[in-house]
Amino acid sequence: MRINIEVNGNLKTYDVAPDDYLLDTLRADNIFSIKRGCETSSCGVCTVLMDGKAVQSCTILSVKAEGHKITTIEGHQKEAKKLSEHFGHQGADQCGYCNSALALTVHAMKDEIKEPTNEDIKEYLVGNLCRCTGYEAQHRAIKLCLEDDE
Amino acid sequence: MKVVNQALPSVDGKGLMMGKKAYSDDYAEPNSLIVKVLRSPHPYAKIVKIDTTKAEALDGVELVLTYKDFDRRPFTRAGQGYPEPSPHDKFVLDNYVRYIGDEAAAVAAVDVRTAEKALKLIDIEYEVLEPVLDFETAFENKIIIHPEPEIHEMFPIGFDPKKNLAASYHMHVGDVDKSLEESEVVIEQSFYTHAQAHVMIEPHTVNSRMDYQGRLVIYSSTQTPIHVRRIISQALDYPLSKIRVIKPRVGGGFGGKQQVHGEMFVATVTIKTGKPAKMIYTRKEVFESSYSRHPMRFDLKLGSTKDGVLKAIDAYVVSDTGAYGEHALTVFMVAAAKVFPLYNKVDSVRFHGNVVYTNHTPGGAYRGYGAIQGNFALESAIDMLCHKLDIDPIEFRHKNMIKETETSPIFKIMGEGGEGIEMFMDTCKLDYCVKRGYELIKWKDIYPNKYLGNSKYKGVGMAIAMQGSGIPYIDMASATIKLNDDGFYNLMIGATDIGQGSDTILSQIAAEALGTTLDNVIPYSSDTDLTPFDTGAYASSTTYVSGNAVLKAGKEMRQMIINEAAKVFNVKPEDVEYDGVVLKSGENEITLKELSNRLYYNEDQKQLQITSSYYGTKSPPPFMAGFVEVNVDKETGEVEIVDYVSVVDCGTTINPMLAKGQVEGGIVQGIGMAMYEEVIYTKKGKLVTNDLMNYRIPTRREINKLTTEFADSYEKSGPYGAKSVGEIGIDTPPAALANAVYNAVGVRITTLPITPEKILMALKEKEKGE
Ligand code: FES
Ligand code: FES
Repeated sequence: MRINIEVNGNLKTYDVAPDDYLLDTLRADNIFSIKRGCETSSCGVCTVLMDGKAVQSCTILSVKAEGHKITTIEGHQKEAKKLSEHFGHQGADQCGYCNSALALTVHAMKDEIKEPTNEDIKEYLVGNLCRCTGYEAQHRAIKLCLEDDE
Repeated sequence: MKVVNQALPSVDGKGLMMGKKAYSDDYAEPNSLIVKVLRSPHPYAKIVKIDTTKAEALDGVELVLTYKDFDRRPFTRAGQGYPEPSPHDKFVLDNYVRYIGDEAAAVAAVDVRTAEKALKLIDIEYEVLEPVLDFETAFENKIIIHPEPEIHEMFPIGFDPKKNLAASYHMHVGDVDKSLEESEVVIEQSFYTHAQAHVMIEPHTVNSRMDYQGRLVIYSSTQTPIHVRRIISQALDYPLSKIRVIKPRVGGGFGGKQQVHGEMFVATVTIKTGKPAKMIYTRKEVFESSYSRHPMRFDLKLGSTKDGVLKAIDAYVVSDTGAYGEHALTVFMVAAAKVFPLYNKVDSVRFHGNVVYTNHTPGGAYRGYGAIQGNFALESAIDMLCHKLDIDPIEFRHKNMIKETETSPIFKIMGEGGEGIEMFMDTCKLDYCVKRGYELIKWKDIYPNKYLGNSKYKGVGMAIAMQGSGIPYIDMASATIKLNDDGFYNLMIGATDIGQGSDTILSQIAAEALGTTLDNVIPYSSDTDLTPFDTGAYASSTTYVSGNAVLKAGKEMRQMIINEAAKVFNVKPEDVEYDGVVLKSGENEITLKELSNRLYYNEDQKQLQITSSYYGTKSPPPFMAGFVEVNVDKETGEVEIVDYVSVVDCGTTINPMLAKGQVEGGIVQGIGMAMYEEVIYTKKGKLVTNDLMNYRIPTRREINKLTTEFADSYEKSGPYGAKSVGEIGIDTPPAALANAVYNAVGVRITTLPITPEKILMALKEKEKGE
């Protein structure tokens, strides 16, 4: 089946099977920022934005993305770079497997919540599991990055 | 120090966040065959018939593998040095399956869908056997899990498969029975720990291809690329020289990727078909079919005088290694070797017991490596003893714990699968760690508890811990430094960055030794064709062992540069001054940039490159004190962790921010084990907690405050004074939390995890008794 998706601003046509998941379709197109962690919508590392909203690409059928706008961190490189600088200074980098999705989630949060409080950030990031950092350093870095935006 | 002990950003974080190609699967060939494994639905069964014709006939199926395709050559997947202290008890495929999720057959097909379809078409007839699911009944059970004759130990580890023993061990110092008899106060208690899952977020991932020289090239998400190469060669009887293993970026390991995973299957498929192949474990496979923490039962006895001098520690321990014996003996031994020396003033110690086979998911290496199990038991029991003696647990520890310059006879008796070495504590700031933690948690104000109203109690608890820094006389690491034109360096290391930041901290050590900046050192780690030997990322060895190798290489390279400048100036090397940028002697001056360009293109032409190795002769333990403040609700049993204070002695922190990250990540993983990560099997031996919905690791929500500090400490034998720090963080939470819950509401939980249900039940029991 042929589907058309706008990926990071480019119109793309993919040949997919009806039970293909978006995660696999996009990774096959060399979009490496999205990862596989669980295939049950539990870990968040496959997060993409669909029309601006954060969704889990491991459980979205590719055909369901037909006609939608998909954004990954490849489409927000500047923001990722900036957040990563804060991560670097806070020692929030470890294996990095969760980082791209986290950056994308922060982007979505900024769109959704005007001035997120500590609690807002905490709640927003509950879906982004990280087994390496213990979350504290990530949280500090995200906060500082948001303050930097102001 | 300019580069070391500085909180510099990691060398790789930016590219990773931006989503650059970095992890194993990013490097899989686009046309890879997909490898899938048919997994046993039975905890124990014999394959009586296996017919693959239908599967093979399916369009798109390239290859089906069964036990008939492999020689009967037992090996261990443990990923340790050679000869391994783990039994060789595994075949790539066998005609027995020994746990639900064990490998029965494998297929390679053009896509996932076809591979999965093919799995269903394999006709397999099992003779279902009665399993051993309760590890406490495994020893000398009439059901024998490994009846096959070919399996063996590499040297004596107490392996006795006819008794379901993967390993067994006994040690003692002094006469424990006599000490206990003479002790004025004795406590006796059993403790249980469970099979925590690693839950590295990147699943086990591997892919392979034949390169243009006809060599098998494997990208693997592994902690031990050089061991993996050796094990593939041995298990598949394939020439070592024809295998290249590359470890790209790894998305977390925690010990789970020390062991071999899908490497044998993709390698076999590529060897047999000549085609690229890849395998990614599903999350369910990671839970059911990789490895977990060895569950243990500790029967512990402590004896002391009535004024609180600890006299005897006696432990009988049973450990469950599941269906295969990866790390059976060594994890078991660490449960004492890296715990009991904390109390080095005792008259006698005994530690003995069995590591048994069961029909569960195998145990394996996992951050903490036995120490977390031992720590939970001993540090819980110490608090019980304090309670009985009516002594403050802080005071008791100050009086009995190990101090700087001291030693313990255990160091000499117990090593990694054999004897250890005598070791004095050149650095041990445990005293400071306990004092500082006591202040930070405001122990005086809270201990044992405070009533908060509405059935809620605030309590504090603590535990102390130690780990190691590599395995002395076994672990070897090496590093190569190459000087390039323009005066920048390549640092080639076999050390394996799995997210802990070793590429960064090893580059920091190199930069410091070379007198240059971090950006002038380009690290490349873990490619068996290009980087020198290193045992890999395990046993808290990287900072200390690999770090020492890098330091040595850095110093030697610096000297080589000075020697070259001396030739240019026509003076003796001693007469050259060098600050890392400019070389001077009297009036003469040349920059490193000029010198390196000259060496490449103009005069005295040569490549400056040095490889240095380091082989540890001791393993200076990092120490820490963990303190936790909790609010416990007596109505619901809910525990809220308000603050976790860690004060750590890991010598100099090469990168204080990354070291903090190691500690905090360990603490949270330890909290997970202590409180949330319940492992549930059905009565039939099926793992229920086999996805991230049923197996709950801490999320952002559960973690409130983490307070982490480092003691001022300098370990002379370490690189720039450093010890290792990768594991120590995980050790204290189970005991500290159990102690805090006890202090808050007066019930002692001795079986992990500490769940609200267990607390409520214990409270009910307690009320009944009162
Ligand atoms: S892979 Fe999609 S949420 Fe985990
Ligand atoms: S940094 Fe490894 S999972 Fe988050």
